[in-house]
Amino acid sequence: MELRPGLKLSSAVCSTEVIVVAGNGDVDLTCGGVPMLAPGAEAGNAGPIDGLTEGTMLGKRYCDDDGTVEVLATKPGDGSVGIGQTALSLKEAKPLPASD
Amino acid sequence: MNILTLLDMAVSGFGDRTAFGPVGTGLTYAELLERSARAGHSFTEAGTERVSFLDVSSPALPVALFGAAYAGQPFVPLNYRLADGDLAALAERTAPASLVVGSDQAPRVASTPGLHLSERDQFLAATESGDALDPSAWSMDPDDIAVLLYTSGTTGEPKAAVLRHKNLVGYILGSVEFMGAGEDEATLVSVPPYHIAGLAAILSSVYAGRRIVQLPTFDADTWIDLVLAEGVTHAMVVPTMLARIVERMTARSIELPSLRALSYGGGRMPLPVIDQALGLFPETRFVNAYGLTETSSTISLLGPDDHRQAHASDDASIKRRLTSVGQPLPTLEVSIRDDEGVEVPSGTPGEVWVRGEQVAGEYLQQGSKLTAEGWFPTNDGGELDANGYLYVTGRLDDVIVRGGENISPGEIEDVMLSHPDVRDVAVIGIPNDQWGETIAAVVVGSATEADLKALVAQRLRSSRSPDTVVYRDELPYNDTGKLLRRVLRAELAES
Repeated sequence: MELRPGLKLSSAVCSTEVIVVAGNGDVDLTCGGVPMLAPGAEAGNAGPIDGLTEGTMLGKRYCDDDGTVEVLATKPGDGSVGIGQTALSLKEAKPLPASD
Repeated sequence: MNILTLLDMAVSGFGDRTAFGPVGTGLTYAELLERSARAGHSFTEAGTERVSFLDVSSPALPVALFGAAYAGQPFVPLNYRLADGDLAALAERTAPASLVVGSDQAPRVASTPGLHLSERDQFLAATESGDALDPSAWSMDPDDIAVLLYTSGTTGEPKAAVLRHKNLVGYILGSVEFMGAGEDEATLVSVPPYHIAGLAAILSSVYAGRRIVQLPTFDADTWIDLVLAEGVTHAMVVPTMLARIVERMTARSIELPSLRALSYGGGRMPLPVIDQALGLFPETRFVNAYGLTETSSTISLLGPDDHRQAHASDDASIKRRLTSVGQPLPTLEVSIRDDEGVEVPSGTPGEVWVRGEQVAGEYLQQGSKLTAEGWFPTNDGGELDANGYLYVTGRLDDVIVRGGENISPGEIEDVMLSHPDVRDVAVIGIPNDQWGETIAAVVVGSATEADLKALVAQRLRSSRSPDTVVYRDELPYNDTGKLLRRVLRAELAES
C-alpha cells in the first residue's frame, strides 16, 4: 500500500489502529502478518500469524531498523505491526522532563 | 495528522480523568472531545475561515482549540493586552472568523466586520449538548494549518506564524510520553492563550494525561495559593513571574512541597533569581526551556540534574550552565552559523539554526523562511560549548556594534546583574556619530556608575564597559516576560 504520514490504518486481525508517523511510498504494512486496511475497509476473518502476536500498546511507536517507517498505535490490539512477516520494533525514547 | 489525534488517544487511554479544572467538577478528556465536536459543528455552520479567541484562559480555550481542529479551521488567539487600534488591526486580518470572546473584551471588536462573536459562557453552554460533527471525522492532512500565532512584535508589526498539524503533533510525539503523568499530577498554566507555551502546555498535558489548572491572570500570591489549594505538581513560568514568586514566597515564608517540577522560559533568566529559586525549592526539578513560536515551543532544555549540579558547584564553568538553555531535543538538530550560513566550531558565537519536524519557520504573508536544506535561522545569537550546551545571547537585532566590535547586550547584563545592588538591567545601543553605537545601561538598583563600569571592564574588557548609565524604577516588559528594548531605545534617543 502507499504510505504517507498521517495515514490511518486498521488491523484486519485485531483491534489495532495506527497512524503513519514516518514512511512514504509502497510498503507492505501488516498487523499479525496480514496487510493492514484503510479506514472503513471490511476486515476478513483471518487471524494473526504465529509469532506475530506480541500485540500493540496504545500510545507506543513502532519502527523498522533504520527508522524509515514508523507508526503510532492509536488503538491497542493483539497482532504485532510489521512489514511483511517482520515485526516492527518498539521505539524506546528516553522521556524528557515536562517543559511547557 | 491532527492535534485531535492526541486528544482522541487520551480519551481511549484515560477518558474519565479530569483534563481541566478541579478533580470532580472539571472537564474530563471524554467531555472535552465531545464538546469539541459540538464546537466544531458550530464553527462549520458559521461558515467562517478561522476560529479566533480573545479572552483569558478558561475551559473555553481547549474546547475552542480542538473545536477549530475538528472544523478544519486554523485557531488564532489574539492578545487582549494590545491597545485598541492594534487589536482592531489584528481582528480585521483574522476575519472572516468565529470569535470566542470574554464579555469584557467583546465591545472592543463589536464593530469589526466579518467576525462571528460568541461570548465565553454562551459558547461553553452551547457545547454541553446539541449537534456535533461525526466522531473521528477530522482531516488527517498533516499540512493543514492548526494554529496562526501573531508574534509578539517587540520589533515591529506582528507577523502571523503558521503552525501546521504536523509541526505540533511532531513536537508532542517527540517530547512527551503518552500517559506519562500519574493521575495525581496537575500543572498550573499561567501563560496566556496567545503565547506558544500556553498552547503547547495544553497539547503536552493532554497527551501526558496531566490535569491542567488555569490561572487566567498572573499574580504571584494567587499563583502560590493555587499551588497549595490544588496540589499542583508542575508549572511553567516566565522569568519575571519567577522573580515575583520568589519575592512573595520569601515575604510570606511559605513552602510549596507539592511542586515537583518547575519549568521556565520565554526570556533571559537572571542568575541571582534562578539561584535563589533553587534554594527556595530544594526538592523541585527545574527545567529551563528555550524555544520559539516558529518552532512549536521547546527546542532545547536544561534539565533538573544540570540545575542541581550547577547550583551546588563552585566551579565557574559548571555554575555557568545555569545561564545555558541546555541541550537540543534529541528529535532535532541545532547548528551555529556565521553570517554566510557556514557552521562555526563549538565555543564560537553565531546564529542559532534549527531543523526538525516541529520547526515550522513560516509566516502567513511572508511564506517559509526555511533554507533549501530545511534549516530555520532563528535570528537568535548563540553558541554551543564543547559539551553540547547551548548558550543563547539574545536577538541578533539587539547586538550593539561599537567601533566595529560586535557586542552582545546579554553578556554585559549578566556581569552587571552579579552586582548585589543591581536588581535588573538592560544594555542597549545608542546611535553615535563617532562609534556607530555606544553602550547604554539602564539600571534598576543603587550600584554606582563608577562601580558598574569598573566591574564590566574587569570581568570583560574596557570596550564593553557602558558609556552611559541611567537609572529607572523598573524596566518595560511585555506580559510574557520579554524585555521591550525598543521602548528603552526610543526613550534614550529622545533624551
